[in-house]
Amino acid sequence: MIFFLMRRLLQAVAVMFVISVIGFAVQGGLGDPVPQMLGPTATDAESAALRHSLGLDRPLWMQYLHFAGNAVKLNFGDSYFFHEPALDVIARYLPATLELVAASAVITLLLSVPMGIFCAIRPRSWLSRGLMGLSLIGISVPIFLTAMVLIQLFSIGVQVTLFPMDTGWGQWLNQLLSIDGGMPAYGRGNPIHVWGVWYTNFASWQGLLYLLLPALSLAFVMLPLFVRLIHAEMVEVLESDYVKYARARGLRPSRIYFLHALKNTLLPVVTLGGVQIGTLVAYTLLTETVFQWPGAGLMFLDAIERADMPLVVAYLMVVGLMFVVTNTLVDLLYRVLNPRVTLSGRSA
Amino acid sequence: MSFENGTPSTAWRRFRDSYFLYRLQRDRRAQVCLLLFGLLMVGLLLTPWIAPSNPYDLAQISLLDSELPPFWVAGSEPGHLLGTDAQGRDLLSTMLYGARVSLAIGFGAVLVQSLLGTALGLLAGYRGGVVDALLMRVADIQLSFSTLMMAIIVGAVVKAAFGGAFYGEYGIAILITIIGLSEWPQYARTVRASVLAEKRKDYVDAARVLGFSGHRIMWRHILPNTLSPILVLSTVQIANAIMAEAALSFLGLGMPETEPSLGSLIKSGFDYLQSGSWWITLLPGLLLVMLVLVVNLLGDWLRDTMNPRLYKG
Repeated sequence: MIFFLMRRLLQAVAVMFVISVIGFAVQGGLGDPVPQMLGPTATDAESAALRHSLGLDRPLWMQYLHFAGNAVKLNFGDSYFFHEPALDVIARYLPATLELVAASAVITLLLSVPMGIFCAIRPRSWLSRGLMGLSLIGISVPIFLTAMVLIQLFSIGVQVTLFPMDTGWGQWLNQLLSIDGGMPAYGRGNPIHVWGVWYTNFASWQGLLYLLLPALSLAFVMLPLFVRLIHAEMVEVLESDYVKYARARGLRPSRIYFLHALKNTLLPVVTLGGVQIGTLVAYTLLTETVFQWPGAGLMFLDAIERADMPLVVAYLMVVGLMFVVTNTLVDLLYRVLNPRVTLSGRSA
Repeated sequence: MSFENGTPSTAWRRFRDSYFLYRLQRDRRAQVCLLLFGLLMVGLLLTPWIAPSNPYDLAQISLLDSELPPFWVAGSEPGHLLGTDAQGRDLLSTMLYGARVSLAIGFGAVLVQSLLGTALGLLAGYRGGVVDALLMRVADIQLSFSTLMMAIIVGAVVKAAFGGAFYGEYGIAILITIIGLSEWPQYARTVRASVLAEKRKDYVDAARVLGFSGHRIMWRHILPNTLSPILVLSTVQIANAIMAEAALSFLGLGMPETEPSLGSLIKSGFDYLQSGSWWITLLPGLLLVMLVLVVNLLGDWLRDTMNPRLYKG
């Protein structure tokens, strides 16, 4: 176990080194910030002075050492746009993203577990066939399209005029099929200040309302993957001897399904959750763009538009660190949940 | 693969008696998908001839016709079956041309990543040792970042470094490179796994005893035996590449509006969703979903057919 931990730590450091080199390369690759910061009227002397104060006139390797040294001290420099430390800016925007992710994770979990289990224990029911079919289609729907359909349905609304308006039944059908919309689909509303430090959407109805559509679209993208995975695992587990034995002992079906079988389907769910974290970050970028949700993803895209290098690099490093930490945690959790796995690095 | 006597009749008989056709005849869903895919392909190949108008030709566009609805909505015009977009371009034509761009990028990106990934995977699997460890570590890192995130980062850096004008000129080539570079690990891993399994077999030892070079053994002997997983992976990867392109274009890191792909059509239409013109964004979206879904389903079916031992998850 200790050996495994050491190995993982070493690996994590190596990965962080690679990411820092990428981050540094990005810093050089992004356009020149000097004209951005000074405007078109600046003289050559002014830009040269600024270049010097930013350290842009030194050789590359010195810039990297300087960069890495500062990165270890969690100092990525001041954002060119906000004129404050880049990490502070990220710390201000990240909670919005985390709230979005947390809300969608709750929705995904609450929906996918019952759906997956139901599809596994009633494979011939029309509901499970429909769910499996939908999950197949769901994988092929890009998240921004899901988000737009949600906006159209619940924010803008749909007025159906397909049936004749001059008849009573036509009017009734039109009304039945029309949706008023009115859900907020832009920004975060007014998050409430809790305990002096935490702006949150969770603490008020209005906040939750703003959170609903973005969280739903994020959840709908993750849902098909999880439903299919839980279904597949559950089918396999239900065939196993211990489930047959539990049935033979006459245990209640609900106890077998939700206690004995579910426990063993969780393992791949945890792994998938960990592996999907990168995809999840990419999805938050897209969701935040559609809903103009003021989170870290939107901030990152704006920073790219403004060639705000410290902010871009800091975001990459924070996201990279998040990946490394979750991957390591998932590996550890895997070990806890499944003692049969050997972690010494040799093939099991 | 070579036939005993290369006459067409033998090849036809082989195809007629193949397991592939047997499976196809018994699977209604695969037939529908194949039919849809064929129709889409023919439609997109013939687009310059069957499209009602040419969206790249400014002379055929009238701003007065902008935001016309599709034919089943009141206020539509018979000349524009699916309506027009905000610039007055015929939506059906623009969608067809956009799907061509999306598909071209999808095929191109898969070509790049399969060449790169296959070569590196062969190398890693056959040589082993330090090369293997290094390549697989890089692949791990890239995969843990997720290919979509990778593409977004590279796309963002390219966009910031070269500017939007450069994108406008070489958009397709840039996107093919970005998506190709960010998804090669999928191929490298698949190929490496099959190479490791093939390497232990007797024919490789025999080839080595005969004194063939490592290059020849890798490319002429082992590679042909890893082709079926590569083919299966390619189908899924085309769908993935189309999705990645759409995502990049939606973020403004992809094709410009002057030569739109389905993704950039969706993006440009999004601004008009609030004003009630839902068709500009949702109809291209529908075509995108259809394209990706058909390719995905075909890929699933191909995987089951070519490798029945694989468990379908």
